[in-house]
Amino acid sequence: MTVEITFGEDFITAFLSGELDHHTAAKARELIDARLERYTPKLCIMDFSRVSFMDSSGIGLILGRQRTAELYGGKVVIKNPSRYAEKIIKLAGLGSMILPEKLKNLSS
Amino acid sequence: MKTVNQMKITIPAMSKNESLARSCIAAFAAQTDPTVEELSDLRSAVCEAVTNSIVHGYRDKSGDITITLKLTDDNCLYIKIADKGCGIEDVEKAMEPLFTTAPEEERAGLGFAVMEAFTDSLKVTSRPGKGTTVIMKKKLTGKYE
Repeated sequence: MTVEITFGEDFITAFLSGELDHHTAAKARELIDARLERYTPKLCIMDFSRVSFMDSSGIGLILGRQRTAELYGGKVVIKNPSRYAEKIIKLAGLGSMILPEKLKNLSS
Repeated sequence: MKTVNQMKITIPAMSKNESLARSCIAAFAAQTDPTVEELSDLRSAVCEAVTNSIVHGYRDKSGDITITLKLTDDNCLYIKIADKGCGIEDVEKAMEPLFTTAPEEERAGLGFAVMEAFTDSLKVTSRPGKGTTVIMKKKLTGKYE
């Protein structure tokens, strides 16, 4: 799992790529939190388009970042999950955090 | 029904081995020519069970996890994942969605929910101090050749 972070005006995008499990989530968590705490962006976009596997550790990662962002009034959204990642995201009741198709261009 | 193939592997409870366990189930299931969706479901379900053993069963102490896979002639895949970790006091409670004993590790409490959603049946037996065994069954659409 690698995480690449890009910066926008009021947001950051974390491009996750590879397999997201309990083992790899720890590193992703550290990397994203470091940027959130330093830049306190209004929006943190977690882009899942390059995530080839995800289990419930991905849910822990999303909710954990949401908690970090909430501490300073920020918010997390999920972008481009695969069908399979989406299945777990919806099972966890986080479907509303997925960025709708029509809003995608606003934050690319 | 008759068993047409089986495999048993034992791996040390290290988080690195979560991906190894996923690869094993995918390799074993491949002989039935499964759909991408079936493979994805199986990989997730096995990964959740193995992660539970590592995080909760052994709590980062060393120990072994045994994975037994069995394929029957009616195209059912049986997966047994057993550890000799600390066991679960209250299995029913542990299986409730969002219940977790490791929030500091960002466990979402969805392991059993994923196993349940991605397979056709799930049975959990546990004895405190002795360990936990998870048995899952999934009917596959493909055929063993």
